[in-house]
Amino acid sequence: MRAFDKTPLAIVVATTLLLVGFFVFPAWLSLMVVTIIAKALVVVGVVVLMRSGLVSFGQGLYYCIGGYAVSLGEQVLQITDIFVLLALAMAAGLVAGSILGLLMSRYREIFFAMFSLALSMILYGILSRTQSLGSTDGLNIVQPTLFGIKLATQQAKLLIYFTTCVLAALVTYAVHRYIRSPLGYASMAVRDNEIRVEYLGLAPKKVFYSNYVIASVVAALGGAITALNYGHVQPDMAYWSQSGEFIFIALMGGTSHVAAAFLGSAVFETIRTYALELAPDAWRVILGGVLIAIICFLPKGLWSLTQFGKRSGSSDWDRVVDEKDST
Amino acid sequence: MKPILEVSDLNKSFGAVTAAADINVTIHENEMVAVIGSNGAGKTTFVNMVTGYLKPTSGRIQFCGKDIAGRAPREISRSGICRSFQVAQLFPEMTILEHMMLAFAALQVGLKNYFYPLHSQAAETRALEVLGDFGIAGHANARVGALAQGVRKLLDIAIAMVSRPQLLLLDEPTSGVAIEEKFALMETVMGGVRQTKAAVMFIEHDMEIVSQYARRVIAFYEGRIIANGPTKEVLAHAQVREFIIGEIQEAAIVASKHD
Repeated sequence: MRAFDKTPLAIVVATTLLLVGFFVFPAWLSLMVVTIIAKALVVVGVVVLMRSGLVSFGQGLYYCIGGYAVSLGEQVLQITDIFVLLALAMAAGLVAGSILGLLMSRYREIFFAMFSLALSMILYGILSRTQSLGSTDGLNIVQPTLFGIKLATQQAKLLIYFTTCVLAALVTYAVHRYIRSPLGYASMAVRDNEIRVEYLGLAPKKVFYSNYVIASVVAALGGAITALNYGHVQPDMAYWSQSGEFIFIALMGGTSHVAAAFLGSAVFETIRTYALELAPDAWRVILGGVLIAIICFLPKGLWSLTQFGKRSGSSDWDRVVDEKDST
Repeated sequence: MKPILEVSDLNKSFGAVTAAADINVTIHENEMVAVIGSNGAGKTTFVNMVTGYLKPTSGRIQFCGKDIAGRAPREISRSGICRSFQVAQLFPEMTILEHMMLAFAALQVGLKNYFYPLHSQAAETRALEVLGDFGIAGHANARVGALAQGVRKLLDIAIAMVSRPQLLLLDEPTSGVAIEEKFALMETVMGGVRQTKAAVMFIEHDMEIVSQYARRVIAFYEGRIIANGPTKEVLAHAQVREFIIGEIQEAAIVASKHD
């Protein structure tokens, strides 16, 4: 008998708690929740790629494209509505991912990783040297509106927070469905045996391409939310260390479930916040130590902690991926 | 019987090495053909060219009247030629059932494959039906890593049969299987294949199996076909006995001494 899929229910419960939480959380925590979710969305894309055996060192490219799409949408196109801005950012990610994906889906392993890194660094170089795009200072973003209505600062924060939570829930559910779909399984299959996938009648390149485009769109959404949350974008969003951070979070959370990205992101931001406060000069050492500990003791990431004692009840997909991750 | 596969003047070279030369073969509907030859004779190169894994250097491959030479394996697979491999090509982390459900899902085209779950009652029923034809339904929830070589071989062939091909190419279906299990495995394979009435071309080193299951034999030697005809005639052919059966038997004796 197929296991009951608990994920949709968990998404609804978690989203409801987060929405209610806004009225309880201090302002800094609400800001942090949006940051966590924005980064987790990018990591969801990283996880989708990792399932098919690809590690992108350049997701910062789409994170940055999403952020700048919001800023340029406001400044050039005079768009201020939050939903139109987010749609614009996703469209920018979709277009860029669809074009670059044609090239990237030809590469595997280290070549894919380095190519993705190179693309993001090219964007970083262009942005940091273009005066009209703010150069290294970046661009500011004014407070978004809702259907043309200007909001007070607190209302705007509420709007960004709620929009982020609801969109994250929708994206999480959609990606969860995708990884349980035939193409989701095909993603895992191409990682193991591209030739057999080809003889099944599927095109491995199309599988890689689909995953790449999905990862691009969710990364752009994450970048757009970050831009709206902080009211500022800068070329550093495309810098290699930013892309490295997304891989760091993916490894921390694990790749066995779409929600692992959110767990990883939450733990990462929490450790960074407290590490910065406790040891401002050594916070990177603390983060590095935590990652080493996770790799040594929880090779399947923090999400594996939720699987203890659940082996028999876990879904087939979870089991399959858990076992793959442990090898 | 109507011809379905027509191969003419097929050649394949890897630099200065000729792997296949002047191959001319016709396979008819519902035919059961064995391909024999010692290691390196060009059998697998031939199958790889027919199934799109290798691009021929020259020559024509027509399947049901359409030229398929040099096409991608997935296109050839979709056109009705499926294959199994000498070493079963599977996905180590998936269960047998998931292999079959993915194979069925691969036949569909469109958005359904992006959003609907792989696991469904209907998909499971169809997958179990084919697994039942090959006698491995009992292993449905086992992962490939835990399976015996014979079951892996059967799964590899069952996957190839999902699209109900007109021509099935089996690359050494009994290799790696214990001698006492070879006939049982072939019985199961042929039992499963008979349901679809597909033509079968299988590469085989065991002449007893060739004698029992093939109506026609194509013998390869050094990249060329040296005999092509009814099984008894080809197996009695002087060159076949000297260059192929002799070498295979010699190799078997050497292997048994090593064991």
